[in-house]
Amino acid sequence: MIETITQPWPWYVAGTIIGLIVPTLLILGNKHFGISANLRHMCAACFPSNIPFFNYDWKKESWNLFFIGGILVGGIISTQYLSSPDPVIIHPDLAKDLTQFGITDFSGLVPVQLFSFDQLFTLRGLIMMVGGGFLVGFGTRYAGGCTSGHAIMGLSDLQWPSLVATICFMIGGFLMTNLILPYILAL
Amino acid sequence: MKTKQEETDFEVRSLDTMCINESELVHPWWYNFKYAAVGVIFGIVFIKAEIISWFRIQEMFKLQSFHMYGVIGTAVVVGAISVFLIKKLKIKTIHGEDITFSSKKFNLGQIYGGLLFGLGWAITGACPGPLFAQLGSGSLAVIVVILSAILGTWVYGKFRDQLPH
Repeated sequence: MIETITQPWPWYVAGTIIGLIVPTLLILGNKHFGISANLRHMCAACFPSNIPFFNYDWKKESWNLFFIGGILVGGIISTQYLSSPDPVIIHPDLAKDLTQFGITDFSGLVPVQLFSFDQLFTLRGLIMMVGGGFLVGFGTRYAGGCTSGHAIMGLSDLQWPSLVATICFMIGGFLMTNLILPYILAL
Repeated sequence: MKTKQEETDFEVRSLDTMCINESELVHPWWYNFKYAAVGVIFGIVFIKAEIISWFRIQEMFKLQSFHMYGVIGTAVVVGAISVFLIKKLKIKTIHGEDITFSSKKFNLGQIYGGLLFGLGWAITGACPGPLFAQLGSGSLAVIVVILSAILGTWVYGKFRDQLPH
């Protein structure tokens, strides 16, 4: 049993559990699955600065901050107690591509050669951590949601604007990974 | 004719998945721990299914792995069936309130913002949820990515009126 849990979980198990989060939040309190809104709540709580977009009662949405607090704790629990001793398996073509750019450490979920405090002082690290993070925050709010709010909650509720958003997420991702990222990684 | 304030208010309430379900019930603050519990399960799935892996996201966008498509596809199917059943059977919350849905309105932000988020998703290998799980998994430098994402959201809010929607 414990061995089954510590192995990496297959997509159908993960997908089913994530899908079930949608009705769970609805039934627990009519809450709509959507994580990027938290970034807005944090702005509203910390730096509203008279911007109308951040002047609302964020405390009414505090359930969502508890939710992402839970995600953080879940990350700690599963890394500390449920982690698999086996190395993460990477597609050989990806490994080959990354090796060209000097990325050879595939041990963690987050590549330490790209995302670390040391890397922050390199141009590549700065673009990836600060620039990438900025695009995530700016883009999700501009789009009105992220993978959870649009791709999962929105599509589950058959909202066509969410389909438009999801397709654009994918287009942006394909462009970055295949056309732009090689230039950033080469820096 | 709506005033500017009302328009902003409308968008605050409906466009961004918030306040659309304002409850009449007042619960003690610690009731929110039930959502934290759901978050813990979500965080464990993120790590155990390697959804927060930067490498898995690159494989997805290079069409080298079915994994992420399988995860998101299954989640949508399970979510859609659940939403259908909730609507069909008029299921209520555990507190006896109605479960409500609101239609999302199309605007250009879903295209421009969607593309920008897609670019960021492929760079960081994470959407907003996984960022917090990555931090929990011990990649402390991800705090920089999170702070930058909060800054990005703030800058959007600041210049929202000047952007095409």
